[in-house]
Amino acid sequence: MSEDILSEVRRDYIYRLIKNGDRIGGRKADEYRDVSVEKGIIVRAEGSARVKIGNTDVLAGIKAQIGEPFLDTPDKGVIITNAELVPLASPSFEAGPPDENGVELARVVDKGIRGSHAIELEKLCLDAGSKVWIIFIDIHILDHDGNLIDASALASMAALTNTTLPYIRYEVGEEDEALLIKDTPIATTCADIGGEIVFDPCLDEENASNIELTVTTNANGDISGIQKRGTGKIPFEDISQIVDSSRRLAGELRKKL
Amino acid sequence: MQNRPEKLINDGIRLDGRGPDEIRPIKIEAGVLNRADGSCYIEWGGNKVLAAVYGPREAHPRHLQDSRKAIIKYRYNMASFSVEDRKRPGPDRRSVEISKVSRDALAPVLMLEYFPRSSIDIFVEILQADAGTRTTGITAASVALADAGIPMKNLVSAISVGKADGEVILDLIREEDNYGEADMPVAMITETGDITLLQMDGRITGEEFIKALNFAKKGCESVYKLQRRSLIEKYEKSCSD
Repeated sequence: MSEDILSEVRRDYIYRLIKNGDRIGGRKADEYRDVSVEKGIIVRAEGSARVKIGNTDVLAGIKAQIGEPFLDTPDKGVIITNAELVPLASPSFEAGPPDENGVELARVVDKGIRGSHAIELEKLCLDAGSKVWIIFIDIHILDHDGNLIDASALASMAALTNTTLPYIRYEVGEEDEALLIKDTPIATTCADIGGEIVFDPCLDEENASNIELTVTTNANGDISGIQKRGTGKIPFEDISQIVDSSRRLAGELRKKL
Repeated sequence: MQNRPEKLINDGIRLDGRGPDEIRPIKIEAGVLNRADGSCYIEWGGNKVLAAVYGPREAHPRHLQDSRKAIIKYRYNMASFSVEDRKRPGPDRRSVEISKVSRDALAPVLMLEYFPRSSIDIFVEILQADAGTRTTGITAASVALADAGIPMKNLVSAISVGKADGEVILDLIREEDNYGEADMPVAMITETGDITLLQMDGRITGEEFIKALNFAKKGCESVYKLQRRSLIEKYEKSCSD
């Protein structure tokens, strides 16, 4: 119970700060925390990346396997994205199968990458109808201080750009080949706190907000994924401005890849 | 699965004869189930969807109770026979996500603070699917909530927009959903224009996105009228009985 009261006080504080045009850490409304991307840190994985956005810490690993294609897409490879909100990252995460937040996180990252056609699934086909590459994107949340989706999407993209397909290990080729990446979808998330839009919300800010909007944009500005989360509503006329800001901020994040 | 039709849109005419911004025929009926506190049945193009509302009733298990307001439970469930390839019964990742975003799409209109410690349970069964099942489900659930007499600030209407053969289109059918370039479900409080659900799957330009959003608004206006009428019809009928 005391935690509830404490978080209520905290919410009030965040709300008042933002209403006064200020923010924890003195950030501007459209300013990200420090973002760092470290690639290739897990040598057993085909590709990997660790992304930190402020205190949020996410590790994405790519594994590739040979398997059968889906019946309805016999000439296409497969991407499978999974997210684990492991209990070491937050007191509110529990062991066990992913809950709805974990499922949503993985699906938003997955759809952003899939929609952009960053990975040409046809190129992952080895033998139509029987043998294709299956790319597993596994996201581990290590430390949760808000904005898990942006960190996870960035880590996944960074890991994919760092991925080598193990042709030799599976005896399907003479040489291992780098995974071909055609685009760089970047997710940016904003939260609405008392009518003010702030990007890259930290955990306290997320708790003070009831709407978040994640927009995934590509190198040429196209949109390849949108997801509204939370129990609030967004005014119709606000949407296009948010998308424009998302596109601009994605441009900055893209440079970190 | 059948093969992709050569063209999804021919000279601005879609496979089922509609123009880009036309919606499919929609039939909405409120109060169709006996046991539920509120219910709604919708036929929307090839979709057949039933929604039922129970509550407000005591929330179980107790640790889910909120001392300040009611919680909402939303279960989106596809019947195994609703799609071409049998769907394995029970929740999968897709339906878990749809249930979550649908619940959040309805939350803004519900006056939850009137019912602390209780639960408002919404069950949506997709009996037959033809693209746009989550938006059909939200539209049905909204009517079922009103039918259950739960205090609401407004109705929520939903429709999907998207892109196929390079054109922005309203209210996608299955072929357009499967073979098109993008699918964007939208739910809104039509009278205020506030958006309560927004997802986009696929790839579109910024300009197309704005056009799609305006199509969705227009679509929701039509849906909203039909929702209202279904509720009025139910009470007209019970008055004349």
